[in-house]
Amino acid sequence: MGKSEIYVVGGGAAGMAAAIEAARAGAKVTVIDENEQPGGQLFKQIHKFFGSGVHRAGTRGVQIGRDLLKEAEEAGVKTRLNTVAYGIYPGKRLGLICGDHTEEPASPIIILATGASENALAFPGWTLPGVMGAGATQTLININRVLPGRRALMVGAGNVGLIVTYQLLQAGADVAAIVEGLPYIGGYGVHASKVRRAGVPILTSHTVLRAEGDETVERAVIAQMDEKWQPVVDTEEVLEVDTICLAVGLSPLAELAWMAGCRFSYLPALGGWVPVHDENMESSLQGIYVAGDLAGIEEASTAMEEGRLAGLSAAEALGYLSVETAEARKIEVRERLAALRIGSFGGGRAIAKRELLRATCKK
Amino acid sequence: MRIEDHPILGKTERRERITLKVDGAAVPAFEGEAIAAALIASGRRVFRYTAKRREPRGVFCALGRCTDCMMIVNGQPNVRTCVTPARDGMVIQTQVGRRGGEATHDLETENS
Repeated sequence: MGKSEIYVVGGGAAGMAAAIEAARAGAKVTVIDENEQPGGQLFKQIHKFFGSGVHRAGTRGVQIGRDLLKEAEEAGVKTRLNTVAYGIYPGKRLGLICGDHTEEPASPIIILATGASENALAFPGWTLPGVMGAGATQTLININRVLPGRRALMVGAGNVGLIVTYQLLQAGADVAAIVEGLPYIGGYGVHASKVRRAGVPILTSHTVLRAEGDETVERAVIAQMDEKWQPVVDTEEVLEVDTICLAVGLSPLAELAWMAGCRFSYLPALGGWVPVHDENMESSLQGIYVAGDLAGIEEASTAMEEGRLAGLSAAEALGYLSVETAEARKIEVRERLAALRIGSFGGGRAIAKRELLRATCKK
Repeated sequence: MRIEDHPILGKTERRERITLKVDGAAVPAFEGEAIAAALIASGRRVFRYTAKRREPRGVFCALGRCTDCMMIVNGQPNVRTCVTPARDGMVIQTQVGRRGGEATHDLETENS
């Protein structure tokens, strides 16, 4: 089928959406993914998505993942699994590890959709087996279908903490409590209500002080915090748990973008250091696009829309779409993106994304 | 512990049953599942010990990122068990330090 014109790194929500758009326009697209299965984190999202009908609200993430893979196949996207992209070199050359050998293919366009990694939280005992990311817990229970423990403490009451708590209950585990350092719950009210109805207390202005146990987690010590984030004397409480899940945010997985030499901006609302990009998702380097959580931590629906933008722009740059056709399609996608970035959560991200655009203009 | 029945995902699909040899003991697994999944299902939580302080480590990110779940698989150290598929007859050992089992003690050149 000839040489690939576009390499997409990461076969999750953003990468797959980008590949589908570009391939439908006629480009030869290869998706690189280090896992056995493409789909990224979609297959562990067993809850229904939010948004409106065009964003497929009410559909569970797993189904959206299945549909994406089918569309990619129909569009003729080539997928290389179990392949690690370890580097990126001048001349848009990727470094790939494919089992027992390496390859360094060059292509006119690279779309980076590497996603995010979970933030950790350091406290005495945090390295004990039994302390893990909330996303790790979600992978274990919803993909691997095994329970990491019988009774957990969740740290963080953002959407990830709330959703994974509920999914732990669905999987048959017990959750002793959710502690949240902030004086309020960060996630959606509907998720908070669900876990409260199930009997899980959400303790705001609380933190985990330490994990204790011989070889693995046997208990967690939590405490209330004052307005200066210091533990309040005599509020320590011991919880008998064997698992502590950390839901304390995500950071863009940006190593390849750094290595490529993309310019970055520090935007806390988007998860920290984010590669600067324009309205077409092109980074500060010509021909290198970014999309999804790498381009700022949001969620799967925005990731897919950003992927579509990158895919359309890449196809346009290669001459597969006329400027008019591409622009008309991109306007539709940008309108859907704007609709996803409203309200108390999306609003801040919309402002941060505009700052990124301003940073791009100054290049 | 395995989740056999799930209110959203339904029953776990039946897959080919295989056996792993973990630190000499037989551990049941399903063909192709992550090695770490089979070990957690069997109740194991400690996957390796760090080089300097011999501290226990287990699954932390389950995504192939953090390397806390590395073990020795078929003689090869530093295998990320959370993203490595289980195959019948695999020999798996708890890893101590950077390279190997208890025999490795060159602490000066290692760090945790």
